[in-house]
Amino acid sequence: MLNKYPLWKNLLIMAVLVFACIYAAPNLYPPDPAIQVTPARSGAEMSEQVLSQVREALGDKQIEFFGEEVKGSTALFRLTATDNQLPAKDAVQRLLGDEYIVALNLAPTTPEWLLNMGAGPMTLGLDLSGGVHFLMEVDMEEYLKGKMTNYREEFRNRLREENLRYRRIQLDDGKVVISFVDAAVRSEGSSFISRNYPEFLREEKDGEYADLVLTITEQKIKEFENYAIKQNLTTLRNRVNELGVAEPLVQRQGRNRIVVELPGVQDTAEAKKILGKAANLEFRLEAEPGASRFATEEYGFRSEERRTARLEKKIITTGDSVTNAQPSFDENGFPQVNIDLDSKGGAVMTQVTRKAVGKRMAVLFVERKPKTTYDVVDGKEVAKTVQVVEKSIISLATIQSTLGNSFRITGLESAEASELALLLRAGALAAPMYFVEERTVGPSLGKENIEQGVNSVILGLALVLGLMAIYYRLFGMVANIALLANIVILIALMSMIGATLTLPGIAGIVLTVGMAVDANVLIFSRIREELKAGRSPQQAINEGYNRAFLTIFDANLTTLIVAVILFAVGTGPVKGFAVTLSFGIITSMFTAIMLTRAIVNAIYGGRRIDSLSIGGRV
Amino acid sequence: MNTNFDFMRLRKAAMILSLLLIVVSVASIATRGLNLGLDFTGGTLLEVQYENAEALDKITSTLNNAGYRDVTVQNFGSETDVLVRMSEAFRDNLGNEVLAVLQQESAGNQLTLLRSEFVGAQVGEELRDEGGLALLLALFIVMIYVAARFQFKFSVGAVAALFHDVIIIIGLFSLFQWEFDLTVMAALLAVIGYSLNDTIVVSDHIRENFRVLRRGDAAEVINFSINQTLGRTIMTSLTTALVLLALMVVGGDIIHNFSVALMIGVVVGTYSSVFVASSILMSMNISREDLIPPEVEEIDDRP
Repeated sequence: MLNKYPLWKNLLIMAVLVFACIYAAPNLYPPDPAIQVTPARSGAEMSEQVLSQVREALGDKQIEFFGEEVKGSTALFRLTATDNQLPAKDAVQRLLGDEYIVALNLAPTTPEWLLNMGAGPMTLGLDLSGGVHFLMEVDMEEYLKGKMTNYREEFRNRLREENLRYRRIQLDDGKVVISFVDAAVRSEGSSFISRNYPEFLREEKDGEYADLVLTITEQKIKEFENYAIKQNLTTLRNRVNELGVAEPLVQRQGRNRIVVELPGVQDTAEAKKILGKAANLEFRLEAEPGASRFATEEYGFRSEERRTARLEKKIITTGDSVTNAQPSFDENGFPQVNIDLDSKGGAVMTQVTRKAVGKRMAVLFVERKPKTTYDVVDGKEVAKTVQVVEKSIISLATIQSTLGNSFRITGLESAEASELALLLRAGALAAPMYFVEERTVGPSLGKENIEQGVNSVILGLALVLGLMAIYYRLFGMVANIALLANIVILIALMSMIGATLTLPGIAGIVLTVGMAVDANVLIFSRIREELKAGRSPQQAINEGYNRAFLTIFDANLTTLIVAVILFAVGTGPVKGFAVTLSFGIITSMFTAIMLTRAIVNAIYGGRRIDSLSIGGRV
Repeated sequence: MNTNFDFMRLRKAAMILSLLLIVVSVASIATRGLNLGLDFTGGTLLEVQYENAEALDKITSTLNNAGYRDVTVQNFGSETDVLVRMSEAFRDNLGNEVLAVLQQESAGNQLTLLRSEFVGAQVGEELRDEGGLALLLALFIVMIYVAARFQFKFSVGAVAALFHDVIIIIGLFSLFQWEFDLTVMAALLAVIGYSLNDTIVVSDHIRENFRVLRRGDAAEVINFSINQTLGRTIMTSLTTALVLLALMVVGGDIIHNFSVALMIGVVVGTYSSVFVASSILMSMNISREDLIPPEVEEIDDRP
């Protein structure tokens, strides 16, 4: 029969709508302002004692709280008012001291049964939540230069060991040029390098000497770059964790950039200090037994509590120059750690260790911990946070020969070796980084942005709903239902995939509202045309939908193509816009065609009718 | 809607209007350039809120005297919100520094730093390149798609209409020196999507009518098609314009320029899908034969 949907189609549409309602629902529950307490040392547990201390601190300040939650080592206390967040944080931080990190957070209030179904609200972008955004660039050129210098040093040593005589080894525009004494040695050298260093392309060149020009493969360069970015990401994540931010984002962007977003943070200076913080490893020589007290310092060992050693104050080099550290096994199968330094660090290391063979060198691990003190200024208590530096020895080993860009620490247990390598890498940036972008959004501005965004959605929606109802009567109302359903499905989709909502994203939703009705307008004009052409109402509906479909499909597909391009090349806010726009197009196809058809069929389908309530002079 | 408007008779007038707009736009872009936003130029931006409104030239001179370079100061949204831009490279605490300088000049007026942004010059340059590339890529892919779905002449018409829209929007932004930032760039791409949408609907009807209507020359068929879709074109433009109006009025200042660009896009895009795309079709002598699959030629075997 004409204009009757089969049951399964109606059920499918119902199912999609119910599903969408469930997954969009969490966004209806506004999050509670909360404070979050985490132990400063990773691995520590949250004890009942700490919880009662927090309760006490909040009680003293008469700050109302509820819904205390402990998840792993993190405790969350919900507050009744946003204004209480800062005082609560200060009070709790003060009582707990620096053993714990207290941070502001927003606790979702999604009901249990929704959470159990995996539903959750959309995350808000920084422009809506307030916070700091950094873009950091990894200096790949510098990093690769360092790598090539390391190779040169390595070639020097290996060729000497192999008795392959050369005049000199030079770096020339990213290439290594080895000048052998004659062509015969060169061919031997060439095969030695092809066996041991397959990452190099070899080219022979005759000049003053028998030159061998080595070019590193693109693939290896990419490998290096990926390693450097990955290492820098890990280090940044470690550093960000020290900040105690609720939901930080540390992410690679493009080939050589890293985005760091810290919601809720306002103090950029402090954040930058920690992100870009200086060395956290120091290489120092052990002091001679009779050395002056002024030139030496005593430090404890990280692993053994009582053991200490006296070291020279002079620092050979710092963790900044460590580019890699890997546990491995030596020729005899004993565990060791291979350490790579950058060219600068390597040169200093060579210079110092040449005169210190037989002495011991220590690696000091440097940690910075925030310590808060409270002063009374003008009768008012002022909290002041300073960074306290703690240093401990993680390795003390005898120097067996002059060290260069890469050397190894031996005489370790296997577990020890991997632990040491981890510590050596933990704070090190594989490649230097600098800030190329920085944005701060105040919390009040974020709130204002949300308000304005929501207002424009409501106003835009109201205007469109009104216009459609007036112009297309009953059919207009059907389109309006579809439009509302479209927004619900769009929000559900975005919540499900964990997309971030930004202000341009909201603009995308608004634009979708305006454009989504297009499909219905197209269908309804077709139906009017068919009626005008003298078809019966039932036929007009059927023809209208069928004939408009291809047009709608073509038009939407092209818009979708543009949205995808926007997503691919855009960054930050533009991406947010592209996401909502593309989802909006897809969901609107479903609601504007399938859903309206189902409703129209339910109203008109399967019976004799004389006219349609579709407006116009029909 | 029972319109029967002879659009093709207005073709010449529309062509002149379009050319005029394009010439003015290109001239403005060439001579005045664009007021590029922070996203594209790099530099530092601070948004400061004053408790009581403060004269902008006073703020400007205060900052100039303090030694900051290329300072521009403008109100942002309200009298009390001030946007400060300068070419100063960012360093820690620059925001607080500037705030302190301004606070000193306006004692008794409470100042708050709402946001601070810094974009490196290199990033700006890259965004510019990427944006331009995205535009061209979008136009190119659209051209291929339309050529495949419709016919080559249609794709020339569609892409010409899109170029027309994009150039006029950029031209207006240049003429009035409105700030052209990343969101405006996003709006431009959205306009491409929107305007194309319109053009495709019209093209779809033209193609269908060439096949269905056995009589009438190209101008008549195109006219008929445009009139047929006019109701829909106006309705959709109206709904989109309404929501954009909502964005412009209550959406706040961060997306104001974005909404303006889209609004212009909707107006110009509607115009171009009616006049520009179809005019191009006319001047390329679109005919029924272009749209009907060529029949296999009979081999003439007579002597």
